[in-house]
Order: sequence, then structure tokens, then C-alpha cells
Amino acid sequence: MTSTTVDAPKSALSRIIATGTHQRVLAFASLIVLLIGFSIASPNFMQMSNMIAILQATSVNGVLAVAVTLVIITGGIDLSVGTMMTFCAVITGVVLTYAGMPLLLGVVAAIATGALAGSLSGTFVAKMKIPPFIATLGMMLILKGLSLVISGTRPIYFNDTPGFSEISRGSLIGNLIPALPIPNGVLILFMVAALTAYILNRTVLGRYCFALGSNEESVRLSGVNTDRWKIAIYALAGAIVGIAGLLIASRLNSAQPALGLGYELEAIAAVVIGGTSLSGGRGSILGSLIGALIMAVLTNGLRVLSVAQEWQTVVTGAIIILAVYADMMRRKKPN
Amino acid sequence: MLSRRILVGALSATLALGAAPSAFAQDGETYIPLISKGFQHQFWQAVKQGADQAAEEFGVRITFEGPDNETMVDRQIDMLAAALANNPAAIGFAALDSQAAIPLLKQAADAGIPVIAFDSGVESDIPATTATTDNVAAASLAADKMAELIGGAGKVAVVAHDQTSRTGIDRRDGFLNQIASAYPDIEVVSVQYGAGDQLQSTEVAKAILTANPDLDGMFGTNEGSAIGVVNAVREMGSEGITVIGYDSGKAQTDAIRDGLMAGAITQNPVGIGYETVKAAIAAINGEELPAIIDTGFYYYDQSNIDDDEIQAVLYD
Repeated sequence: MTSTTVDAPKSALSRIIATGTHQRVLAFASLIVLLIGFSIASPNFMQMSNMIAILQATSVNGVLAVAVTLVIITGGIDLSVGTMMTFCAVITGVVLTYAGMPLLLGVVAAIATGALAGSLSGTFVAKMKIPPFIATLGMMLILKGLSLVISGTRPIYFNDTPGFSEISRGSLIGNLIPALPIPNGVLILFMVAALTAYILNRTVLGRYCFALGSNEESVRLSGVNTDRWKIAIYALAGAIVGIAGLLIASRLNSAQPALGLGYELEAIAAVVIGGTSLSGGRGSILGSLIGALIMAVLTNGLRVLSVAQEWQTVVTGAIIILAVYADMMRRKKPN
Repeated sequence: MLSRRILVGALSATLALGAAPSAFAQDGETYIPLISKGFQHQFWQAVKQGADQAAEEFGVRITFEGPDNETMVDRQIDMLAAALANNPAAIGFAALDSQAAIPLLKQAADAGIPVIAFDSGVESDIPATTATTDNVAAASLAADKMAELIGGAGKVAVVAHDQTSRTGIDRRDGFLNQIASAYPDIEVVSVQYGAGDQLQSTEVAKAILTANPDLDGMFGTNEGSAIGVVNAVREMGSEGITVIGYDSGKAQTDAIRDGLMAGAITQNPVGIGYETVKAAIAAINGEELPAIIDTGFYYYDQSNIDDDEIQAVLYD
């Protein structure tokens, strides 16, 4: 492996620049190519309202991708993010609609529920040594079931909490600049991404995140309590999933208890397109964000071009394989 | 860099490929996207088939999309948003959750784009009309068939899927009201609910059979309820019970072929698609539309289950 693998902590700045920079450039270039290509292909693509629709469609998957990036960098995987998101949304529904508590408590409940569920996954992986794939597969089903049980399999609506739908649908930017009605959900996505990138690149937690993915054994032998850090990372990922739960519930003005399965795979796809390695130790939040944007642009663009739905699915799959292949080609070359 | 060139080249090729079939909205072309509740299911493919028929007949262009399953409410909203970007002449929409779609439907209404609801209604006054099965009329046809089969007199029971949803209420009341008004010699001894769940409906139906050993007929108001009734009759070994079901599915069509079930009502998904597109064109032309367009239904039994007309609307 070349300089892109983070073995020893270098200066924070050099790591930010070095880690996966090329893949991000590549992913970013693909994003631009897609945007230009679709704009040429259809005059209806490059409109403000459609760009906002794309960003809105990215917000939930983007936040999930950010969360799962953390876990993937440690060399793990989290299959539970989709149903965990739903579970957090349902708990918020219980707090706000069933218990009639104030809005802020609903927000806290979603994030706390996510952190709790995440730390539980982390405990299964770190303490009980269950492989992440299995541990989070189990959590995925547990949380899906619990969402259905708690909600009585019916959607919980937030009609009694008028401010709730503003979390995702409202537009603070639009209030200031009416020509740019970017929904708050998108703003939240970028804030979550920036904050997580800071944690990953500038804090001890972030450093151990990379170190665990590169060589867990040597980290453990150097006297670090790896279990504790791993649980902390799963908990942080869970808290971020809680935010995704808020975003989707707010956007739909309801907690839809049956939703969630399949969302984890789209989040993982975004992470992989963004250049994060599934074998751990390497990756970036910005990459995952771009990956999520690529997925949303692709889906929206193919729809605007009226490509038949069967073919949309085929093309999306091909793009994922292509993106990862391009990344591997690049890393083979001594650059 | 080689890899970048590969990627860029491939992406452009993909775009070119994608753009080829029907990408460009030609001037003067009427474009009507249909956003459905599902896509790959037989029922929805039948709806699509009807919509395609109408598109060809009236010379408009349609697209038909739906999420992978009926839980993906947000994906359906994204589809609606992409459809709106193409400045459609009208939109057909089968809401998974009415409330979640309201902001975009308002956007469509503000832009003067007529919305045609199909399959199930949208709880809003935005849609110009709703193309759906008249469940009351369909269930009253089931009552007529029941009366005919048991000779106009006797005891019957209903296993319904629920007492709150629109379809549950309409099918139950359509059946009960028709019996009450047209067949004074038929007594409805019991109406019970099995949540559309096969197992739960089986238990409910068995309880009814136990309580009424002289029962002549039972009506199950959806696929799960109907299969529950069939299971109950089979498990109890009851004889002389006339069972009438609703919708299709392999278990139900098998029961009809085996003679365990007398027949069933099927909705007409092809008609739903056809009428949606037809109504959209009428709305574009500013014509008045009724609040509900009945898309039709059929009664099928051993005698006509293999007819082309029936096979087209059945699904496994």
C-alpha cells in the first residue's frame, strides 16, 4: 500500500490532504460529469427546483452514509442503519405525539435512542466478539421488529407538533435569500458531515477510528482500550443515524414504521463510491457525501430522462461497480 | 489519468445510452408521468399495461414508476419531485401516504398541473378525480353471487379485513346492504375481522363455523380474509359452505380451481391504468370529471378463470 494508508498518525493537516484525496477528486469529477451530462441531455434537469429536489433526496441517505463511514473505517460494517433510523423516528413519534412532549425533547430522544442502539451494536462487536456483519444484521431485525411493535404497525403522525416538519421541510436559507430555498434538511446534512469530518480528522476518537481499521491488534498491544473506543464509534454513528431518523420523519411528517430495509445498502453504496475502503483504515466523510450526491443525481437524472425504471436499476448497479473499479485501478499505480 | 478517462468515458456512454430511447420532451408532446405504489408486482404491472394502452390510443407519452415496496414513502416523494421537474401536462399518483405528499401536490396544483389519483384516494381536494375500484358495487355483486349460489335463502357470514380502512368498510357494507335490501330470506349471522392476515382470518372463520353449524356461505373481503375462510372450511371439514373471495393470488385461484371456493371478485388493474391516463387527458383539456371514476371489476369462478379477459387481471 502506498501513502494513502494511514499507519501512524501524521500531522492532522497532512492526513486530511493525503487520505483518499485522489478518489475524492475522481468522485467529484464524476459528479460534475453527471451534472453536465444530464443538463445537456434534458433541458429540465438543471433547474433550481430540481437541484433542490436532488439535495432533498440526498439528505437522508447522506446522513446515513456519514454514519456508516465511521463504522466502515474501523473495518466493520453496519447493516442496521436503515431500520435504526426508523426506530429513532418511531421513538420521536412516541415522545412527541403519544406523550405530547415539547419538540426539543423529541429531537433529543431520536439522537439518544440512536446512540444507545449504536452502543449496543458496538458492545456486541467489541465485547462479545460477534462479527459486525452478524451483530448489525441482528440489530437490523430487532429494531425493525421493535418499530412495528411500538407503533402498532401504523404510521405516527406529527400533526400536533407544528414545528416538527420544519426540521426538514422548512428553509432558513430561503427566509434570508428567497431565491435559494434550500431546505433545512440539506443544511443539517452538511452540518453533520462537517462536524463528523472534524471529529474524524482532528480528535483522538477519529485517530483511533482509522487506527482500529488499519491494525487493531497493534493498537491493542500498545495499551489502548480498543473495546471502549470501538463502542464509542458505533455510538457516535448511532447518534448520527438518529439525526437521519429526525430528517425522514420530519420530511414525511410521520414515522413510517415499516420503512427502512434497503436503506443501509444505499448508504454503503454511497460510502464505497466515495472511496472509503470496505477493508477499513481508509476513507473520508467528504467522499461519502459526494457518493451520496452521485447516487441522488443519477437516480433523479435517469428519471428526468424518463429512462424505464428497470434500466435505472441496472445503470445504478453498473455505476457502483465502475466507481470501485476506478478506485482500485488508481491505487494499483504508484502515484 | 487512465482510470479517470475510463470512468468519465463510461459515464458519458451511460448517459448517451440513457438519453437515447425517449429522453427528449418533444415540443407539443403531452407528457403524463404516473407515480404508483409499486412497480414489479403483478398488480402494478397490470396497471402499467392499461396506462400504456391508453397512452398509445390517445397519442400521449407516459412513464410509470413506483418504489420497490409499499413502505418506501420517501422514495415515492422523490419520484414525484423528479416527475414535476419535467413540466408534465398532468400527473397520475397513487399515494402511499397522503399527508407526506401534500407539499409536492400543492406545488403541482400551484403550477396548474392536474393530479389524477389512482388505486386509492389522496386525502386532499387537489386531485381532479380518483380512478379506483367501486368497492361497494363490487361487494354487492359478491352478495348477488352468494344469493344465487345458496338459492336465495339461508345463513351467511362475513370475514372482513378491517373495520377502519376505506376498502374494509366499503366491501363489508356493500355486501351487507345488498343482502339486506335484495334478499330478505338470507340472514347474516356474523361479521368478524381478521386483519387481512391468513392465520388470524382462519381462526375467526373457524369460530364462526363452530358457532353456526348450519351456515350456508361465507364472504372474505380481501385475499388474506378469503384464504382464511378457505383454510377454516378445509380444517373443519365443513361441507356445503359456499365461499366467495376477493382479489386473487395463487392460493385463492387454486382454491377456485379445486372447488373449495365458489368464486371471487377481482379488481381491474388494467382498467385503473387506462382510466387514469384517460382522466388526465380530460383534465388537461379542462373537462369536468366526476369525483370517482369506477375502473370496473369482475366476478370469476371455475367457468371463466382461464378466459383471457380474466387472466389479464389476475395475479399470483
